[in-house]
Amino acid sequence: MAIKYEPVIGLEVHAQLQTKSKMFCSCAVVDSVSETPNNAVCPVCSGMPGTLPVVNQLAVEYGIRVALALECQVNPVSIFARKNYFYPDIPKGYQISQYEQPLAENGKLNIKIAEGQKTIRVRRVHLEEDTGKLTHLNGSSLIDLNRAGVPLLEIVSEPDMSSVEEARAYAEALRDILRYLEVNSGDMEKGVIRFEANISVRPEGTDVLNTRVEIKNLNSFRALERATAFEIQRQEKVLEAGGQVDQETLGWDEDNEKTYSQRSKEDAHDYRYFPDPDLPPLVVDKAWLERVTATLPELPRAKNQRFMEEYELTAYDAGVLTAEKAVAEYFEAALKKLPENISPKSLANWMTGDLFSLMNQADTTVADLKLSPEALAKLIGLVAKGEINQSTGKTVLVEMFSSGKSAAEIVEEGGLKQVSDEGFIADLVKQILGENPDAVESFKAGKETIINWLFGQVMKKAAGKANPNVVRAELDRQLKEA
Amino acid sequence: MSSFFELSLKGLQTGLRDSSFTSRELVTDALERIAKFEPHLHAFLYIESEPALRQADEADKRLASGDKQEFPLLGIPIAIKDVLTVEHMPATAGSKILEGFIPPYTATAVKRLQTAGAIVIGKTNTDEFAMGSSTENSAYGLTHNPWDKSRVPGGSSGGSAAAVAARLVPAALGTDTGGSVRQPASYCGVTGLKPTYGRVSRYGLIAFGSSLDCVGVFGRSAEDVAIIFEIMAGPDPSDATSSDTAVRTTKFEKQDLNGIRIGVPKEYFIEGMQAEVQEKIRAAISQLESLGAKIQDVSLAHTEYALPVYYILAPAEASANLARFDGMRYGPRVNANSLFEVFSKTRGEKFGSEVKRRIMLGTYALSAGYYDAYYGQAQKVRTLIKQDFETAFKEVDLIACPSTPRTAFEIGAHAGDPISMYLEDVFTLPASLAGVPGISFPAGFDELGLPIGMQLLAPEFREDLLLQTTHIYQQATEWHKQTPPTFDAEKI
Ligand SMILES: [Zn+2]
Repeated sequence: MAIKYEPVIGLEVHAQLQTKSKMFCSCAVVDSVSETPNNAVCPVCSGMPGTLPVVNQLAVEYGIRVALALECQVNPVSIFARKNYFYPDIPKGYQISQYEQPLAENGKLNIKIAEGQKTIRVRRVHLEEDTGKLTHLNGSSLIDLNRAGVPLLEIVSEPDMSSVEEARAYAEALRDILRYLEVNSGDMEKGVIRFEANISVRPEGTDVLNTRVEIKNLNSFRALERATAFEIQRQEKVLEAGGQVDQETLGWDEDNEKTYSQRSKEDAHDYRYFPDPDLPPLVVDKAWLERVTATLPELPRAKNQRFMEEYELTAYDAGVLTAEKAVAEYFEAALKKLPENISPKSLANWMTGDLFSLMNQADTTVADLKLSPEALAKLIGLVAKGEINQSTGKTVLVEMFSSGKSAAEIVEEGGLKQVSDEGFIADLVKQILGENPDAVESFKAGKETIINWLFGQVMKKAAGKANPNVVRAELDRQLKEA
Repeated sequence: MSSFFELSLKGLQTGLRDSSFTSRELVTDALERIAKFEPHLHAFLYIESEPALRQADEADKRLASGDKQEFPLLGIPIAIKDVLTVEHMPATAGSKILEGFIPPYTATAVKRLQTAGAIVIGKTNTDEFAMGSSTENSAYGLTHNPWDKSRVPGGSSGGSAAAVAARLVPAALGTDTGGSVRQPASYCGVTGLKPTYGRVSRYGLIAFGSSLDCVGVFGRSAEDVAIIFEIMAGPDPSDATSSDTAVRTTKFEKQDLNGIRIGVPKEYFIEGMQAEVQEKIRAAISQLESLGAKIQDVSLAHTEYALPVYYILAPAEASANLARFDGMRYGPRVNANSLFEVFSKTRGEKFGSEVKRRIMLGTYALSAGYYDAYYGQAQKVRTLIKQDFETAFKEVDLIACPSTPRTAFEIGAHAGDPISMYLEDVFTLPASLAGVPGISFPAGFDELGLPIGMQLLAPEFREDLLLQTTHIYQQATEWHKQTPPTFDAEKI
């Protein structure tokens, strides 16, 4: 019988911290895609002789936020170290990172898996600076140092993930936290989050530690997923064939969907880490920790839980509404303005249904909405009060979404106010029944579903403005009397 | 009136303010003296004439308008060791790898002097990347000792020491990593201060050993040195290792050393040192005693380890500090077929042998498997050396000892024997490792007429005590007033 294997996966996540200035100089952090190369560069981040690094306190604070959200112990003293290697994209010939005493250690992150939830341990969180960017062109190489010195947070997990799905769930949960904490844009296309996966496989149920490989520079969830899956399969095949997995560093070939060897164990760099004498030990005292703790927002999982309990939302609605902090905030802002007799569930329906589909079509985010939470609440209020009916409400929402006008304005201008006047509706019903004697006959013959068709005719005649409840009641009454 | 070069910095300040002479006259005279003596000394790597004269005219205008209170150095020419950057002036660090490099920024220490009105007249010679004790390691030719052309001025700040000794400038900046201000001050018979680590910003100092590098000053007297030092000292937001401790202003009113306890460490009087050095330093210590100081023995037990510790830590830091010189962004590049060949050829051809030796030493000391035994161990011993000083300074206010075991050696004397060269710094290394301030000043001459330097060391941030004590000694002695014979052109 063939042995079943299970993967052992650990992730290193490099997240750019969205500070205004770089980690060790006052250069602006600019868009790495659109900015002119080498436009945000100074003597410090271009490694000119005699220049010195000075720590960006906000980057440290962002690092502490993440560390606390991941329930890490923040070290009272951490040390910046030099990681030495030669490459044209590191101007100083070393990268300033943290090695022996990182910013924080021993945290954890709970992820959702099919069986419920799983805790992934976080080994360390440390600060470092990004490298520059090399572009190879017609046999020469161009260096852009705009990104050199941009603050990065490296978050290293323990090898606690045992499937591709878990790796993805962890990566996504981390991305959500980074966005919630407003320390990272989560804009994957711009490379603001990058992954490195450590992978080994072992016979299922054992605790053997097999040789692991490292896949570098995975820049999307998809790449992480594909590369991890590919590598697990590759290693299983090697082991099944009685072979040995080599310890090496791999790259991911996006186009051909394969990993490839970048460096073998023998060629492994000796980075000669040592404490950077230009930077005194980084001290994070209790007062600082307390200050950051006090400003920590509610995190995605806690918010999700609270939405389900406090607002009696389904797991699905709570999940969708809390996936992004801005959406959750929009929801709660609208909720505050909602008349008391309307349930949060109804607001959730409006948002996850009509509003989200409008946003999807227009490819916009909550931040760009012309429609304020108050305006949405008012619209829902109008529908609840019966001033307009549900279907008119949806039409009004479309108009509000595109023009930013208030619901009342649109209703007024379009004369969309719902008609509940029983006399008027009774006349309409009478008219429709008179025009359709066949339908009335088949109703009498027992084909009761015809009432829906008649209802549609009445509403059409009323240009959608008639109160549907009154229409139904009137239809029922007149048909029974007919 | 007497020539400008006979005046102290303080004398020049007074003369300019009194309108006894102008800055243009002063700068012109300095440039003329440089033109005359430079061929025999080679103290400078770069001389700035026209811009310096323009600045002199500006200074004269200000002086005439009475706008001078905030500019204590207004119109005074100074020289800067070429490991400190000055915007728009070449910065070579004595190395071919920085040939043609013109930095777009000025070192904080220099900037503060310029803001005070000083005119930078040129950049002085240095051992390549400040690695050396003779200035022979400069890629641009060695500097001669003004007292004896066949001898070295010391190093690595040999150019600045020689320029001040030869009276080409009233004061000059140097840097001291393991003795590079104090040792050349001693060899050239001038007063040289190495401040406490972190007292003067390192921003713009082309790094050698970042945890040791200090910007120091050469002058003809403690009084002159104090003027420069106090202007450039103090915290700098661009240097995270600069200290916030308040700068103490030196008080020069005191005439005696009553109440000052001076310790004499037995570890600084060793076998093999020049007898006359020992003799003159003992005599100078007696003089301090006669001025009122209480002299007592102290021990700095780990002194003998300073040299091996230094030659692990400084090269380790240097190996990383010098990694940026890869031919990619500035300086010359040697082209080759592959990236790594470009790196190795550029560095192989443009670094000198001493620099390469130290990069190799440092790389080794940081390598996997050796780190703990070398770098880690050296750090521990450094702590012990620091503790030696802390303990000693519980008993005494200052420590007095020779600056160097011998007077200036002949050019080429240590060629091919780096270790014997390293030994020239045994008395200056411990204070560098401890981070405490030290001063060297002339305390006599040997039978060849070469200056002998006395070193005083103080607790952290007590430069004021060093300067004050040196001043009191200099009030009572004439050694610092001696001018090298080369100062007279006829004798060269
Ligand atoms: Zn910068």
